Amino acid sequence: MRQHGFGIHPPLFYDLSRLANAMLNSSLKQLSTLLAAKKISSVELTGEFLKRVKALNPDYNAFITIDEKISLAQAQTADAMIASGQAQPLTGIPIAQKDIFCTKGWLTTCGSKMLSNFVSPYDAGVIERFNAAGAVNIGKTNMDEFAMGSSNETSFYGPVKNPWDITAVPGGSSGGSACAVAARMAPAATGTDTGGSIRQPAALCGISGIKPTYGLVSRYGMIAFASSLDQGGPMAKSAEDLALMLNVMTGFDTRDSTSLQRASEDYMRDLAKPLQGLRIGLPKEYFVAGMSADVARAVEAAITEYRRLGAETVEVSLPNTKLSIPVYYVLAPAEASSNLSRFDGVRYGHRAPEYTNLNDMYQKSRAQGFGAEVKRRILIGTYVLSHGYYDAYYIQAQKLRRLIAQDFAAAFAQCDIIMGPTTPTTAFALGEKSGNPVQMYLSDTYTIATNLAGLPGMSIPAGFGDNNRPVGLHIIGNYFTEAQMLNVAHQYQQVTDWHIRMPDKLIT
Amino acid sequence: MQWEIVIGLEVHTQLSTRSKIFSGAATAFGAAPNAQACAVDIALPGVLPVLNRGAVERAIRLGLAVGAKINSPSIFARKNYFYPDLPKGYQISQYELPVVAGGSVKIIQIDSNGNECEKTIRLTRAHLEEDAGKSLHEDFQGMTGIDLNRAGTPLLEIVSEPDMRSSAEAVAFAKTLHSLVRWIDICDGNMQEGSFRCDANVSVRPLGADKLGTRCEIKNLNSFRFLEKAIDYEARRQMEILEDGGTIRQETRLYDSDKNETRTMRSKEDAQDYRYFPDPDLLPLEISEDWIERVRAMLPQLPEAKRSSYMAAYGLSAYDAGALTATREMADYFENTVKLLPAQAKLCANWIMGEVSGHLHKEVLDIAQCPVSPAQLAGLLLRISDGIVSGKTAKDVFDAMWRGECDGNADIIIESKGLKQISDAGEIEQLIAGILAANPQQVADYRNGKERAFNSLVGQAMKATKGKANPAQVNEVLKKKLTE
Repeated sequence: MRQHGFGIHPPLFYDLSRLANAMLNSSLKQLSTLLAAKKISSVELTGEFLKRVKALNPDYNAFITIDEKISLAQAQTADAMIASGQAQPLTGIPIAQKDIFCTKGWLTTCGSKMLSNFVSPYDAGVIERFNAAGAVNIGKTNMDEFAMGSSNETSFYGPVKNPWDITAVPGGSSGGSACAVAARMAPAATGTDTGGSIRQPAALCGISGIKPTYGLVSRYGMIAFASSLDQGGPMAKSAEDLALMLNVMTGFDTRDSTSLQRASEDYMRDLAKPLQGLRIGLPKEYFVAGMSADVARAVEAAITEYRRLGAETVEVSLPNTKLSIPVYYVLAPAEASSNLSRFDGVRYGHRAPEYTNLNDMYQKSRAQGFGAEVKRRILIGTYVLSHGYYDAYYIQAQKLRRLIAQDFAAAFAQCDIIMGPTTPTTAFALGEKSGNPVQMYLSDTYTIATNLAGLPGMSIPAGFGDNNRPVGLHIIGNYFTEAQMLNVAHQYQQVTDWHIRMPDKLIT
Repeated sequence: MQWEIVIGLEVHTQLSTRSKIFSGAATAFGAAPNAQACAVDIALPGVLPVLNRGAVERAIRLGLAVGAKINSPSIFARKNYFYPDLPKGYQISQYELPVVAGGSVKIIQIDSNGNECEKTIRLTRAHLEEDAGKSLHEDFQGMTGIDLNRAGTPLLEIVSEPDMRSSAEAVAFAKTLHSLVRWIDICDGNMQEGSFRCDANVSVRPLGADKLGTRCEIKNLNSFRFLEKAIDYEARRQMEILEDGGTIRQETRLYDSDKNETRTMRSKEDAQDYRYFPDPDLLPLEISEDWIERVRAMLPQLPEAKRSSYMAAYGLSAYDAGALTATREMADYFENTVKLLPAQAKLCANWIMGEVSGHLHKEVLDIAQCPVSPAQLAGLLLRISDGIVSGKTAKDVFDAMWRGECDGNADIIIESKGLKQISDAGEIEQLIAGILAANPQQVADYRNGKERAFNSLVGQAMKATKGKANPAQVNEVLKKKLTE
């Protein structure tokens, strides 16, 4: 969907008599209770959210595709499940799906012209899990092209706007999902995170998001950017919602060789635990130059709140943090350059309308199908894998990647959890960094290291900076400690209300 | 100048798994185009490879059979290049740390003096990889069709050291390897269907030189004959260039069997940079000792061991023992025959390599499809050994058995056709007496020193008995009578 000129304040054409503002802020559990109690049907709930999407999306551009017919048909199926007593926690609840997840019968573009004609013939592992849970797909969300970007400006479908300030970026690459949740166009959404693509937009849009430990969420059907870093995860208003989403999204998938075979967990189980004695590690490298003053203030206030909750803080060191961005921008493009080779115009996707021979077809199709940022990364990746450069770049980066992981291992010997800012600044203005890739890459300074180490990372709203734009608190856990991270976030959300705030103009 | 040819081979063997190496699609040959290409094979967005354990197990089997090291961990790598029949834009192969490292294969040849010589050819490595699809240039005007049925078919690429010094050695090595991969049941060896194809690296150097010459790689030789001819042509081409004072360009060449020549496909300068790197979709492959031992326990006795045991137990030559261990079916046939006739192993071996193989070859049959069973053959050979039929008559009996006469029972055929050999001493004496009386001239010639007259008398005796007279006895009695 392309945006239309509705102006700064979006007009609201629909009747919110049933879906009151309170319901916009309802947790997944509350919605589930309403559905179970038959106070509202999934068809009604889905219909209300669809109305909101249709009203708001022209201004925010959070969705690439909506398909009312399919969504309502799924809602009907969900209502039947509820009626027959087969309801699960997410049955009947509309969920927005990032357009990186192959979804059978849906246009699945990955934000690219290359796949602007690709209707997936199959469902990603994650989509299958939501379908089995009876969730309703409310639409496919906008994203940076092939998940390459931190502002959602690289999307072939145009930039997404930040619900807190329509002149600001929502972050990326899962900017559409972050915007959809922040603007309450969907109660929750999926995202993927290769270097911060869940956490950075969650922070910039004032919502919660978690990138689980690498291997917990199936990558089957999740269009690959950098295979060793990509990980799917949920984006929602609260930690509790994330826990419910994770319960559905995680699990072993035989079709993904990097998927981990582990006993299933209930991520809700530890939410209520008190934080007495929790040791929070504060990396000294995170609290120096680079972070803007308003972000620093908000993060420090959040940490003070944690101390009040009984946690103690220890200084830890992640000396190789500064290497994260250079290492990432060798490894991720290297993998991407190979992963994106399949988009050659031969079997599906964009093919140049005119060409003279095979090479010409490849060159034109790819030149036309890919945007500038994707091309830049393919070029970088091809370069670092080339004969004569491989050892100096790729091998060297792999070694440093190990050092970065070792930093975390050493830090976790001293603390239970690590905290810091998710991003160095609040949301920046549209166009502000799109001309300067390195400035753009620096906005993932704090998030990238966790992907390199395969660790889980999370962002939760922690107040507002200057210009009233949200600040995200970054929580990094050790491997497989998602339940504890969610507990830490949930306890904070019991004593603060940042996570349920929404932009004034979106409240009617 | 005296030249030495140096050859190394890369052999692509298609592994006999039912499904592909990284997907569940079938590998069967000959299906309608793209009928056996699933989402993974056509590289839809988002799909991922999952390694087929059966392919790994077959690679381990080869590694154990050639005495190689099994690497653990072993790494899968992406070989990046664009081609329409390569759906992902990269081939999943192995670069560093292949499953199989080192090992060797022994080849046996007969040299120009008729002596057997054994040579060890070292292997560099054997690695797993996926095959590409096929581009179909015919049938489509101005377009190319792509059939991805073959895409993802498991291959084991076996690479030798440059240890061969003639096309004959290269063929012997390829044949030994071909027989081995079938023996250990990892590849059907069907060369027409491309299940076993060779690339040959050929260089020449002055005899006695230490340094290897610049090599050319000849791609896709899918028969032993083409392998031999391509190497011979290529070696001659290189020698001619060098003798004319030229230099060899390192390049990849194609063999044209119609013209019997090789020609440039691409030079080293055009060689692509494949940008190998470890495939992040596949974790390092760990192969436990336990797994290796389980595979070892399931291996059949290997042809080399069997060959030695035949040589020791039956006094066969290495070459004969090698021929009988060319396939497991051949060895089974031999063993099932000799089991019934333990004292006549050499006779069994000769007959199987001679008459039996000759008939099979003529009718393009496999030993497993042989119409004469080992028991039936043993029945015939028994009659040779006890003198009931001569070796020559036995061939006629064998022909009848082959045609299925008398249910292949040698005794009934001999009886019904009256082919029993005359071995009765009195009867033969009487026969010879008659022959001598009827041919005084030949008798006189012989006694005057014309040796050829003797053969004529033997011939008369055989003719008179329709070949049934025991030739040894005829010889003996004739000699005795003529010298009396």
